[in-house]
Amino acid sequence: MSFVDRNQENLLSKIATGNGHGENSPYFDGWKAFENDPFHASENPRGVIQMGLAENQLCFDLIQDWTKKNPKASICTPDGVDAFRDIAIFQDYHGLPEFRNAVAKFMTKVRGNRVRFDPNRIVMSGGATGAHETIVFCLANPGEAFLVPTPYYPGFDRDLRWRTGVQLLPVVCESSNNFKVTRKALEAAYESAQEANIRVKGLLLTNPSNPLGTVLDRETLRSIVSFINEKNIHLVSDEIYAATVFSEPGFVSISEIIEEEIICNRDLIHIVYSLSKDMGFPGFRVGIIYSYNDAVVHCSRKMSSFGLVSSQTQHLIASMLSDDEFVDRFIAESAKRLGKRHEVFTQGLDQVGIGYLKSNAGLFLWMDLHHLLKEQTFEAEMELWRVIINEVKLNVSPGSSFHCSEPGWFRVCFANMDDSTMDLALTRIVTFALQSKEVRIQRKKCWASNRLRLSFSKRRMDDIMMAQSLLSPHSPIPQSPLVRART
Amino acid sequence: MKPLSRKATCNTHGQDSSYFLGWQKYENNPFDEVRNPNGIIQMGLAENQLSFDILESWLDMNPDAAGFKRDGNSIFRELALFQDYHGLPACKKALVEFMAEIRGNKVTFDPSRLVLTAGSTSANETLMFCLAEAGEAFLLPTPYYPGFDRDLKWRTGVEIVPIHCTSSNGFRITASALEEAYQGARKRNLRVKGVLVTNPSNPLGTTLSLSELNLLLDFITAKDIHLISDEIYSGTVFSSPGFVSVMEVLNGYENTEVWNRVHIVYSLSKDLGLPGFRIGAIYSNDEMVVAAATKMSSFGLVSSQTQYLLSALLSDKNFTKKYLFENQERLKQRHKMLVMGLQKARISCLKSNAGLFCWVDMRPLLHSNTFESEMELWKKIVYDVRLNISPGSSCHCTEPGWFRVCFANMSEATLNLAMQRLKKFVVDSTTNNSNNRSLDHYYSAKNSKKKSLIPKWSLIPKWVFRLSSRDRDRESSDER
Repeated sequence: MSFVDRNQENLLSKIATGNGHGENSPYFDGWKAFENDPFHASENPRGVIQMGLAENQLCFDLIQDWTKKNPKASICTPDGVDAFRDIAIFQDYHGLPEFRNAVAKFMTKVRGNRVRFDPNRIVMSGGATGAHETIVFCLANPGEAFLVPTPYYPGFDRDLRWRTGVQLLPVVCESSNNFKVTRKALEAAYESAQEANIRVKGLLLTNPSNPLGTVLDRETLRSIVSFINEKNIHLVSDEIYAATVFSEPGFVSISEIIEEEIICNRDLIHIVYSLSKDMGFPGFRVGIIYSYNDAVVHCSRKMSSFGLVSSQTQHLIASMLSDDEFVDRFIAESAKRLGKRHEVFTQGLDQVGIGYLKSNAGLFLWMDLHHLLKEQTFEAEMELWRVIINEVKLNVSPGSSFHCSEPGWFRVCFANMDDSTMDLALTRIVTFALQSKEVRIQRKKCWASNRLRLSFSKRRMDDIMMAQSLLSPHSPIPQSPLVRART
Repeated sequence: MKPLSRKATCNTHGQDSSYFLGWQKYENNPFDEVRNPNGIIQMGLAENQLSFDILESWLDMNPDAAGFKRDGNSIFRELALFQDYHGLPACKKALVEFMAEIRGNKVTFDPSRLVLTAGSTSANETLMFCLAEAGEAFLLPTPYYPGFDRDLKWRTGVEIVPIHCTSSNGFRITASALEEAYQGARKRNLRVKGVLVTNPSNPLGTTLSLSELNLLLDFITAKDIHLISDEIYSGTVFSSPGFVSVMEVLNGYENTEVWNRVHIVYSLSKDLGLPGFRIGAIYSNDEMVVAAATKMSSFGLVSSQTQYLLSALLSDKNFTKKYLFENQERLKQRHKMLVMGLQKARISCLKSNAGLFCWVDMRPLLHSNTFESEMELWKKIVYDVRLNISPGSSCHCTEPGWFRVCFANMSEATLNLAMQRLKKFVVDSTTNNSNNRSLDHYYSAKNSKKKSLIPKWSLIPKWVFRLSSRDRDRESSDER
């Protein structure tokens, strides 16, 4: 390397020139495929359908309706412009009091009013992304570590580690017990860290889980609280999907557990929240840190200067979330629609024997395709994934990107599209599954059964079966290369 | 085991400084024309409140932008979902055009080299993360904005080494001061990664001269380091000499090494008076810096709601032209009012042509030429005169006796009242206190060109004003 080149490298920081942002990973291929050939109902019906994006797009009609009826919520409309000046100047990192009050109330409602949140503990951040980084800056020094149960959201690798220098150590969870977070797994992870001379400062949970879509049960939560207290480490509970719980068992927040009769040092408990998933507002960058530790509240509040919520947005959110009637209606309707979407999707998969983790929350399903793998390896998983993107034309997320310990799992998002796109996506999956020789279906059952409850049209299923039986080279749906490879 | 991180328990956030203490006092007793006419007048807040009416009338005429609509159709959903860290293209285009307009269109900016951040607070921190490792250093001319101590150093671990500027030459940056700072850093085993300047300057209110800019470019070329030019006040230049951006001086230097090492920070908090909306930006010619900063902006993106409003606002060229002109006129007038009011109180200030404040010379009012004396004077001004102004020591000034006084965050009537209070204080001070160096004595000494009665001050005392642990809890906002 010439002197000049070495010089150039040294001019920027290691953080800037390294890969800590995580974006050079192969998983971005899926995104690229989507971006090069994005599905559009009329303009590009054969394009790649985006199922790798955990967005909640099911309830915008309710929100748009509300904004129309509440022009004052925008400081720019004739009704609201009187507030423009004061809001435009407002940069106090405490945040607008009405904003904090409204968010605290919303968090309370989402937990069925079983706990109260103190608006004075609400600290703003640049989305949950900003919240995670900030809380780690407050709790850990470079080189120290956080334990995270696998599988976990890939963004944590960047958010918790990149600029902070903190490490993430996995707590391995397995499909044999539905990826439960066991005391044994926690202890094993902690021991490993001790042996490697790495100081563990905390445990990060996502509850409800991304990518699993499940909630932690009370017993598990209590066991976790006991673990962190015993080790005297922090617990950060990312509850970003709290309002996406659509069926039993309901959601139990860490905030409820610590109110029970349980030995717990509250200074160790912190919650991360955001409106990106529950409300579908990722663009507004509303992240929240809620800590039971006064020093952390104060420190994170000072750090929030680096990612305050726009006062224009605070004002809008304050208005919206203080409308009790609207909020109650929204929470109920959103859960209902998510539940319905989940039902449509899972019933479709049931028909062709595609397995998935039973879930009751989130904007996605944790699909089990290990029986479609050539062999039980991550390489085979990546191969299958490329087939799904390039041939089936769906951008789904491979389990390895979530640090899953077992190959063959895929996260598939279902709340970021309309009903007809959902139907089409399901059709593609079902077709692919049928084509794959590893999927055993009983054709007779399919043709004859009246109890077949298909949420997409039965006619469509018939069409697929017809096409399948024809298997002509001119068929619009290509034969799976996985199948081809075997012959 | 220590429960929190070192960052959480240290003082590098800088909020124990006197700069922020003044606000605390203000907040306990804030002036209000009607409800609290004897309260403390806030003159420590560099906010631009002079031109909201122009913004409001634009909003009146443009209901779509405001109401999440485009051509009458709701785009709420699209905005609510838009979190692409590349930013809303229309917003970036409008913003770079606005930046060019402020520079008289003598430079053009490429929107793909602009990174949006949550305020310039975030922009400055992000640039540090991109350009320096923990333990490395940036050189900053003094006096400088106190918030830099937090923004540049706190979570990044980067050090600030001061470039000492003095009143002897109007606080201009000199070659020897630059070299001295660089060598000083080396003696402390600190590797210098760059220089950061604020142009126009906070707290001086002056624009960098062409020779200073050339000096800086020569310096960073010779040392192989970066230059960050924080141009947050670029739209507040109200009189000559005009504003020369570092980018202008770089015209013709494309494809040279130095071209890649100059980065601009910008924000709409001062020029447009919108600090609450958190609109900051980094502009760099270095692709790697743009790429890294873009990814880092994930930690503090600009709300899409706000980006949309901006794209509509700033692409209206009639509005921007009118606003820039009118805003500058009003700032000029306000500045004049303050200067004349100070003169009536026999107080002078540094001749300035920009910013939302004046750099006021209160050295004649000091008991002794020390920072202790400056603190004493400051406390009197806050508690007795009831004006919150910012002591120079909080800005790391090397000479005691200078104060930053803001003029754009209050009504004319309030400014007049503030000047009356100040005048009364000065008159009382000079007639009552025989120990004080009298103003007459000071001025006659100055005019006779004798050796200054004020001794040379070469030591740099601690500027952090240690508070009790209770006061340490004082919470503040982000005012510059």
